[in-house]
Amino acid sequence: MSLAPRWIEPRSREWPERLDHLEQPPTGLWQLGSIGPTVPSVAIVGSRRATFGGMEIARSVGHDLGAAGVQVISGMALGIDAAAHVGALEAGGTTIAVLGCGIDVCYPARHADLRARIAASGAVITEEPAGTPPLKHNFPKRNRIIAALAHAVVVVEATERSGALSTARWAADLGREVLAVPGSIRARQSSGTNLLIRDGVRPFLSIADLFDAVEELRQAAPGGPATAASPGREGTLERFSPPLREILARMGTHPVHPDQVGIALGLSPSVVATRLGALELAGAVMSLPGGLVARTV
Amino acid sequence: MPVRVEVDIANGLPGFTIVGLTDRAIQEARERVKPAIRNAGFDFPSRRVTVNLAPAEMPKEGTGFDLAIAIAVLRAADPSLLLDGIAFLGELALDASVRPITGVLPMARCLAGAGIGIRRLIVPVENAGEAALADGLQVLEAPSLSACVAYLRGERPLVSAVRDASPAPADLEPDLAAVRGQGQAKRALEIAAAGGHNLLMTGPPGAGKTMLARTVPSLLPDLRYDAALEVAAIYSLRGTLRERPPTTLRPPFRSPHHSISRAGLVGGGTGLAQPGEISLAHRGVLFLDELCEFSRQHLEALRQPLEERAVTVARARAAVTYPADFMLVGASNPCPCGHLGDARGCSCEPRQLVAYQGRLSGPIKDRIDLVTSVPRQEYREIFGDAVEERSTAVRARVEAARARQNARPGIANGALTGREILAAARSTAQARRLLALSGERLHLSARAFFRVLRVARTIADLAGDDRVGEDAVAEALHYRIETTG
Repeated sequence: MSLAPRWIEPRSREWPERLDHLEQPPTGLWQLGSIGPTVPSVAIVGSRRATFGGMEIARSVGHDLGAAGVQVISGMALGIDAAAHVGALEAGGTTIAVLGCGIDVCYPARHADLRARIAASGAVITEEPAGTPPLKHNFPKRNRIIAALAHAVVVVEATERSGALSTARWAADLGREVLAVPGSIRARQSSGTNLLIRDGVRPFLSIADLFDAVEELRQAAPGGPATAASPGREGTLERFSPPLREILARMGTHPVHPDQVGIALGLSPSVVATRLGALELAGAVMSLPGGLVARTV
Repeated sequence: MPVRVEVDIANGLPGFTIVGLTDRAIQEARERVKPAIRNAGFDFPSRRVTVNLAPAEMPKEGTGFDLAIAIAVLRAADPSLLLDGIAFLGELALDASVRPITGVLPMARCLAGAGIGIRRLIVPVENAGEAALADGLQVLEAPSLSACVAYLRGERPLVSAVRDASPAPADLEPDLAAVRGQGQAKRALEIAAAGGHNLLMTGPPGAGKTMLARTVPSLLPDLRYDAALEVAAIYSLRGTLRERPPTTLRPPFRSPHHSISRAGLVGGGTGLAQPGEISLAHRGVLFLDELCEFSRQHLEALRQPLEERAVTVARARAAVTYPADFMLVGASNPCPCGHLGDARGCSCEPRQLVAYQGRLSGPIKDRIDLVTSVPRQEYREIFGDAVEERSTAVRARVEAARARQNARPGIANGALTGREILAAARSTAQARRLLALSGERLHLSARAFFRVLRVARTIADLAGDDRVGEDAVAEALHYRIETTG
């Protein structure tokens, strides 16, 4: 891992050609680590203030892409961005973080550790001069780099005003494939992604949708991706006993309170708690702060 | 400890001295005793009077010695007063009537058990009912100093006190059926009550956490008579027996506000430490609403009582130990704005969340066996026609589960140590496999592991099972406290 940030320019050997698709490509980039040669890559973006369920989706999509040898690009922000990077790193994949601040500024500060791990696996890059603080107006500019570098953009959770939607717009302008993870029509955190879908963006229901849409990915992993991120295909439920399946079948990926499950199935609270405890142990359900539970298979 | 009042009357300049590590109230007794003796129609010796309160090295306080001092002074001049085996409690008014004092019940029990031959106790009329609760003493009511003296001369009897009668079972406490829905929270309350586990409820404001907490005493079995007296003794010390009749067998419920002082919570104050809220909750429920709003020092101060089930309060003059064997029920919002996991959505920054939940960490979190969420209720649940279970039905199950526990080592599951719970659990092979798996998958610490096992033991007791099975462990896992945000 190269410890010192380096400056690369459009004529450098390491310059990612895909940035030249932009009308106004950056004049150069600071990089920590190495971008490396162009490989199939997907940007995973979304809200800073994500739900725990959304972060779990970002993490697992990042993980599956990393495992399939696809580079994961994001913005190292709190919430969805960080979860996507972490997922890719967990799978041993490469990941690139594009910053909206100077290369020597760690924003958010608590991601110092994550930043080092990203730089070791891939690169942390920015077009801003050293010492630039995280200024609000630099982030949309940063988003165009994310969109340009990626072959496709997956928006996991975004409100209508989220910066992730600007990344999606840049990507659409550049002709990159955009996919959005749908959410409940009541969920504020999914209002932006649902709008994208209404406006014609392809819904992301499983990682297979991504591979169907983007040819470069199929070339990278001809065998197709592993499907840990796919939301409940009935086949994956076979391994649970019928009482546990009954509970799972009643739970969407949207978090619910155990009492709602109990009322819907006519089960006593103690029976619901017993089954949820067993499901959590099996990794099929996660409990979220605030007492809700969500399905993870 | 009983105090012996000694009097010496010597020649010399007339004077009245009281010694024996006394406080201001006892020094002022001179100015009450002297007029009271005169106004009762007796003579105060115009010689040098010295009163010693023995043992002299023990600090003493309060106005309860007035009557004994006056009687001792009179006895020094009049040997016809027969004081053998009699103890006195009470404050004197200037007109020689006897006024009530605080702490009569614990003092009466102490005198009865001291083994120094005290057979009769003379107390203010107002305190007679509580004093009579102490076994092994004849309690007599003293309306005034002159009535006392007449009795001691054998001229007139005093009224024998009768025990405060047990009040009719109070139906004031809210019944569980008054809370609609909240199935999971109610189940958690039942488990907590059955095993004496400390419980935390999280939920948005207005979801009904306080209401649920108030129903907890209605789920607990009645106190045994001696336990009820223990509780009454603490209330007597605080002079608050009026708010809790001494023979009430219902477990107490205390809910101090988070602005309470540390001394108010755990005990303290000037002079001899007074019992705090945690001792007033002895053998009952201590409900801390807005648990995260209590200061770190307050929560830290709860650590010793939660472990030792008693609290030692050291003050300049003496250290006092009060019992504090309570069940802790906490309530907190899930996050600073209160809407995490709620339909309205949470508007807190992740950083705030971490900080907020961090406030609970350490001393308290380690002592909480169960966590349950209390969601905001849907209107259709509030107005639904579902029949809610009444407290008495739940209490019957709790009592059966307690009986199973008492048949084992004799303490509630919530109080078992790691080694004790391993022995008491008698977990099945499947349950052990599940526990091992949970340690690995859910990253349970040793402490968390024992908490799960304790709760599982209670769940099995509620189900009437001798051994902790797979289902009990799975259910207990569901109520475990989250170790990560």
